[in-house]
Amino acid sequence: MRALLDDVIFWVLALLAVAGGLMVFRFDSMARATYALLTSLLCVGGEVLLLGLDYLGVVIVLMMTIEMAIMAVFMVMYMMNPAGLMPMTMLHNKQGAAAICAVVFAVLAAGILLAPWPSRRGRPPDDPTMDLGLSLMGPQMLTMMTLGLALFATIVATVVLATRRGRYDRFGDDLKARRADDPVRGGTGR
Amino acid sequence: MSLELFLLLAAALFSIGLFGALTQQSIVMLMMGLELMLGGIIVGAAAVWHYIAPAAADGQVLVVLAVTVMAVEMAIGFAVVTALFRAREVDMTDMAAELKE
Repeated sequence: MRALLDDVIFWVLALLAVAGGLMVFRFDSMARATYALLTSLLCVGGEVLLLGLDYLGVVIVLMMTIEMAIMAVFMVMYMMNPAGLMPMTMLHNKQGAAAICAVVFAVLAAGILLAPWPSRRGRPPDDPTMDLGLSLMGPQMLTMMTLGLALFATIVATVVLATRRGRYDRFGDDLKARRADDPVRGGTGR
Repeated sequence: MSLELFLLLAAALFSIGLFGALTQQSIVMLMMGLELMLGGIIVGAAAVWHYIAPAAADGQVLVVLAVTVMAVEMAIGFAVVTALFRAREVDMTDMAAELKE
């Protein structure tokens, strides 16, 4: 009974994920495309939950919800036609890309079906989350540190890219200005 | 449910995302394609953990890695779009390619 239920959940989530993924690039409205992507990625989170990774599944679900909300804000800021009021197409080289993707899927599927997968070794721990935490703080510490460094670099790079006034605006093209040219002068005696 | 079914789902998501990343002109839509590809990688990593080596945590670490890559890709992508848009009012890849001419 439990296995049957798992099967049904798997197929429902898998079909929803693939359908949502397809609809992302079929909708002519950016907002609808965002929600289709959200559906697809929430189903990915559901599949991860189904595989017994409770913590990671919930993390994915929460992260995708917030990420798509932010994405919707950026859509409205930058994109043309956020509400799909005008029919439009924003594709280039559709046939070529479709052929490439069909070949990629065929190769991956052939590999998946033909590879002699090893049989399952060991049993999942009682608490996979604990296992993950111990691993990240132990043998996989280097991974964790690299991820932390990458995230910090991302914060810095994001601020640098998104800032309106860089150092060349403030100190001149040769960076030789003695005082920064700011709209509001800082320091004492302003 | 079996390993093959999960991996086929992962391959389908990856291929759809690749199609989006190759065809879309709008930079934000292109990033949506990349997100779908990473979603496929997450499903694949979780399935490999569950069906091949559940005793080791390496599969879970791979999922954490993919989720972090997603977050970084999103943040840097939006920062680049912001910088491009502020400099040139551009939000499409083809228009951005013309900038260098």
